[in-house]
Amino acid sequence: MTADGCGAPAGGVSAPVTAGSQAVVEGRVTRDGAAVATGYARLLGTGDEFVAEVPLGDDGGFRFFAAPGPWTLRVLAPGGLRAERPVHADYGQVTTVDVTI
Amino acid sequence: MSRSDVLVDADWAEAHIGDPHVVIVEVDEDTSAYDKGHIPTAVKLDWKKDLQDPVRRDFVDKTGFEALLSERGISNDDTVLLYGGNNNWFAAYAYWYFKLYGHDKVLLLDGGRKKWELDSRELSTELPRRPRTSYTAARDQDLSLRALRDEVIDAIGQRNLVDVRSPDEFAGRLLAPAHLPQEQAQRAGHIPTARNVPWSKAANEDGTFRSDQELRQLYEGDAGLDFGRDTIAYCRIGERSAHTWFVLHELLGLPNVKNYDGSWTEYGSLVGVPIELGEAR
Repeated sequence: MTADGCGAPAGGVSAPVTAGSQAVVEGRVTRDGAAVATGYARLLGTGDEFVAEVPLGDDGGFRFFAAPGPWTLRVLAPGGLRAERPVHADYGQVTTVDVTI
Repeated sequence: MSRSDVLVDADWAEAHIGDPHVVIVEVDEDTSAYDKGHIPTAVKLDWKKDLQDPVRRDFVDKTGFEALLSERGISNDDTVLLYGGNNNWFAAYAYWYFKLYGHDKVLLLDGGRKKWELDSRELSTELPRRPRTSYTAARDQDLSLRALRDEVIDAIGQRNLVDVRSPDEFAGRLLAPAHLPQEQAQRAGHIPTARNVPWSKAANEDGTFRSDQELRQLYEGDAGLDFGRDTIAYCRIGERSAHTWFVLHELLGLPNVKNYDGSWTEYGSLVGVPIELGEAR
């Protein structure tokens, strides 16, 4: 990511990332064993406060660079499909949360 | 101006696919999203390659804007319907950009790409062919819509400053949205006297805008903005604040609202300007 870049990388987690000093939350969304390539992952704080959202990648993947602490991951997909998982992020860690919907 | 003059729903968009007077334009944060599938007939604008000067940190100038629209086959008489991913951040940014250069026949698709996808509406990978036009911008940039840094510093304590970033960015705990690597400005925090109204509070989960009544309550009631004062909105690079500019100026009809596109990446790197840390008051 360059200094003038805000464009998100293409959705998904195909490019591996090392946490370094960051708190990374990533995972994949599947349904009946197959990647859900159309949908959205949302990261919510306490009280359902919206923090960030990414489209799922072709591999059903998502990745966030969060602040450390507890979060809720919410997945939305066509057909009214949705799921939620609690997740805890820490500096220097890649926390993986795989979701089946 | 009312909501129906600036915002249309997906049914409207679907009914105007192929309308010779309506050009559907996708503008995304993830600039590869269009290539994976877009609303049939939609053309693509890349918010960075197409709308930013490749050398200086600034927009393309009037001549560049004219060349861009001409090349994409957009004419002065066309109605431009914008939509995009991430709850229309960059589509709202493009909307504001079209207004800066005086293209008034511009609309935003409520819910953008997300609602279109969640509704399982048709997406196409076919690239549209539009004949080149000779687009002439109505004016040079309208600076009544755009705030620059000196004006922002002068506005501290004088005008409504609305920081539309997440609470963690506002407080100084993060420097960027949580789906992006944490880098950019030299210092974290917010502009003194700014109120924190995250852009996301203006949107429903499907990306559509909340009702006018809910929006008025959010900004005037909950955040305590004085609607009788002029307002400047900012975020990190001006795209989320374009979303809020759209809400305040286009949906709620406040007369003097500017978007500070330099936003935190500029302000947070300026030498000697005041910065506050901590939670919203």
